[in-house]
Amino acid sequence: MSAVFDRARSAGPLLSRIVAAVFGGYGLAALGSVAALALPMDKTQAVITGALASFAIYAGAVVWVFAVRSARRAWAGLLIAAVPLGLAACSVWSGGAAA
Amino acid sequence: MSIGAEPHPRGIRQTMSDLHIWAGLLTGWFLYAMFLTGTVSYFKDELSQWMRPELPHQAEVPDAAGVAQRIADELQKVASGSSQWGITLPDARNNVASAFWRVPGTEGRRAFQSATFDPATGHKVSSRETAGGDFFYRFHFQFHYMPVLWGRWLAGFCAMFMLVAIVSGVITHKKIFVDFFTFRWGKGQRSWLDAHNALSVFGLPFHAMITYTGLVTLMALYMPWGSQTAFKTPAERQQLTAELSAFIQPGKPSGQKAALAPVEEMVRQAQARWGHDNINRVTITHGGDAAARVSVSRGDQGRTSVSPQYMLFEGNTGRLLETKDHVGPAAETRGVMYALHLGRFGDGVTRWLYFIVSLAGTAMVGTGLVMWTVKRRQKLPDPDRPYFGFRVVERLNIAAIAGLSIAMAGMLWANRLLPTDLPDRAAWEIHSFFIVWGLMAVHAVLRPAKRAWLEQLWLATAALALLPLVNVFTTHRPLWRSLAEGDWVFAGVDGMLWALAALHAMLAIRTARHSTKVRPARRAAPLRPTPSSAGERA
Repeated sequence: MSAVFDRARSAGPLLSRIVAAVFGGYGLAALGSVAALALPMDKTQAVITGALASFAIYAGAVVWVFAVRSARRAWAGLLIAAVPLGLAACSVWSGGAAA
Repeated sequence: MSIGAEPHPRGIRQTMSDLHIWAGLLTGWFLYAMFLTGTVSYFKDELSQWMRPELPHQAEVPDAAGVAQRIADELQKVASGSSQWGITLPDARNNVASAFWRVPGTEGRRAFQSATFDPATGHKVSSRETAGGDFFYRFHFQFHYMPVLWGRWLAGFCAMFMLVAIVSGVITHKKIFVDFFTFRWGKGQRSWLDAHNALSVFGLPFHAMITYTGLVTLMALYMPWGSQTAFKTPAERQQLTAELSAFIQPGKPSGQKAALAPVEEMVRQAQARWGHDNINRVTITHGGDAAARVSVSRGDQGRTSVSPQYMLFEGNTGRLLETKDHVGPAAETRGVMYALHLGRFGDGVTRWLYFIVSLAGTAMVGTGLVMWTVKRRQKLPDPDRPYFGFRVVERLNIAAIAGLSIAMAGMLWANRLLPTDLPDRAAWEIHSFFIVWGLMAVHAVLRPAKRAWLEQLWLATAALALLPLVNVFTTHRPLWRSLAEGDWVFAGVDGMLWALAALHAMLAIRTARHSTKVRPARRAAPLRPTPSSAGERA
């Protein structure tokens, strides 16, 4: 019984990392693709730039998630990276509503 | 790096190695199939020709203008009232014209029909019904027997894993340059590792490029968020589409009938601009209506990009409305990445290089998968009864690697042997591919692993080697005739089948020689504490 519990507990951080990598990574990449719209360039080109770069963000995020020492740090890193991207994306969303 | 000699806690290279192993293992079988069918697709046009033996060898490329006119005339008969016709013209590698059209009054993906046409007559081709090399091409990014979008998402998921496996694999190897020049033949696991390293490093720029650009080809599907945020109306989204694709979207028909001006003349203008044999596609919207538009798009020669370049004409007058010959910088970047993936810009030499390096990529995935079992076999507590997960990987490897070769050859056999009047013949060729593959999977489960490898590799050798003979007996185009007539497509495919058969025979011979004498685990199992495991425990 306690062995099962131990196993579940030891699998927890790994599962957390997998979720962080697959979904967190995609989320970050998607956020990045929207944030690219804040770049000072033609809107159409910005959309394409964001999509082109998003896969690099995704791959980088996955490597980060598994490179750091703990699952908590993995999530923290993703969130920190999300802040500037989120701010840029917010400016696009609010700007888009105004325009 | 010798295994177990690191007393440090798990460093970055160790965690990256784990990431590499698991990312590779979980998607490896899909990736292997994507890589191999994708590799073959560099010769998909040649394969399509081989699979339509009734169509004569095309000694020279027919004039695009004349062909476009003939196909447009034919489409007015078979697809009248359709809002959109797309015609792909023959070129040096492709001896048919193909067209798709939107079926009036329908929506969505099922709304399209397509057919292949004889460039000389403009009528539907009188050859056996086959998907040709296009099946492998489509399979490599959308699989089969599932909705196209699911397949593309699955392919994208696997490609993303591939990208992660490449990055983590590079980080794992600090001695990537030295490793490349290290090869330890006949040393079991070491040789597999060295082979995997050599194959990976040799083609590393290519593998990274092909994976990333593969994701880029379908980026509108995978990353639609930017475009959804930026563009709210269909008209706005149209701006984006125009930067990505030469297909003009049908507008509103006027409802007034008006004959189409000669398409031939429009294509001539495009030929004058881009070169006589450098016309790729003709798209006609609302042919027969007063609002008809015709776009003639540039071929792949002379540029490493697929970004849209076309001339747009008013359909019923033939007046040039617009010449689109450049797109924005980001769109051009995307066009170049897409073109790098397809490799259509290149001549024969480039194409062969693509094929060879891509084959090395396939082998990279294959050796990686095999290494997973080789490495773990030595640590099995009881080599005669491996644990379940090991058996699953071992058997899937056999079916996914050796079995796939047999299945692909099987499809070519079906192409030659299925009766030409069989209903849904093209679909049955594809079913044959999967039936053979399924049988190989069953075989891999039922037989002892090493026997299964050997039997399937020899079967693949036989299936490939006999195909040119099957061709002799089922068509009028045996190898000697192809050679005598200078038909390098047929001779090339026949020769390639023999080369691939030889490759499989070599693999079979090496597998047979390879001693699977597993180090008696009884000796190792009780005394496992190696320096590293002792270190972990301490």
